[in-house]
Amino acid sequence: MNYINEMTLQFDSHSINEGFARSAVAAFCVQLNPTLDEITDIKTAVSEAVTNCVVHAYPKSKGKITVWVGLKKTREIDIKVIDNGVGIADLQRAREPFFTTKPDEERAGMGFTVMESFMDTVNLERNENGGIVVEMSKSLGRRKAMAVGGEND
Amino acid sequence: MQVNAKVYMDTLYLSIAGELDEHTAHYARSAMDNQLDSAEFKQVIIDLSKLDFMDSTGIGVLIGRYKKLKQRNTPVFISNPSAQADKIFKMTALYDVMPKIN
Repeated sequence: MNYINEMTLQFDSHSINEGFARSAVAAFCVQLNPTLDEITDIKTAVSEAVTNCVVHAYPKSKGKITVWVGLKKTREIDIKVIDNGVGIADLQRAREPFFTTKPDEERAGMGFTVMESFMDTVNLERNENGGIVVEMSKSLGRRKAMAVGGEND
Repeated sequence: MQVNAKVYMDTLYLSIAGELDEHTAHYARSAMDNQLDSAEFKQVIIDLSKLDFMDSTGIGVLIGRYKKLKQRNTPVFISNPSAQADKIFKMTALYDVMPKIN
């Protein structure tokens, strides 16, 4: 896949980690010299995906959430948000705007719609443990990336 | 996350500051409801100029307050959304029920 730089974060499904995850991913992506709008798009999409894990994947007890980010020389960013939670019964339906399994909790059901409009591609799959993998990618506009490889690389 | 409130000329101004996500939604909801249930006003303006970040959890919080105010026939407006919040509001047609004002 030719990633010039990759990182993996793993943390417990506490809601306080949503802010940590989106800020950490944004900070990692800064080396590709994105615009402020692009960084905000990525932060929002990561926040939606991690929130889904906190609220839906682990509704009763806390579990692990893994966020992987891969950066390409072509200024493409690939992101995976992985959980080992309860899964989603109907993957197609989960992506529909305004669909929520928790309407009584004032939930908008717009998480996947937001991810889809802030990123270029969003894929939703079951992982082998029964949880969910959300794969997203975004290609940054034509702007010169900062040099990643230092002299000691 | 902070919610500041003031009443001026029959208008309740609610200013939401900080980051509105799943972690802060509960606090934002109860802080706003405290004001909605205690202050005297004829309309509500939610000022987002100090909101640093919001995801779709924020939409749920705002729609919940809209529903509450609709029962009392009290109009509610959004002011000063960031470009990112504006994008989410347009996507979810929030402005149909909470129009944007300057």
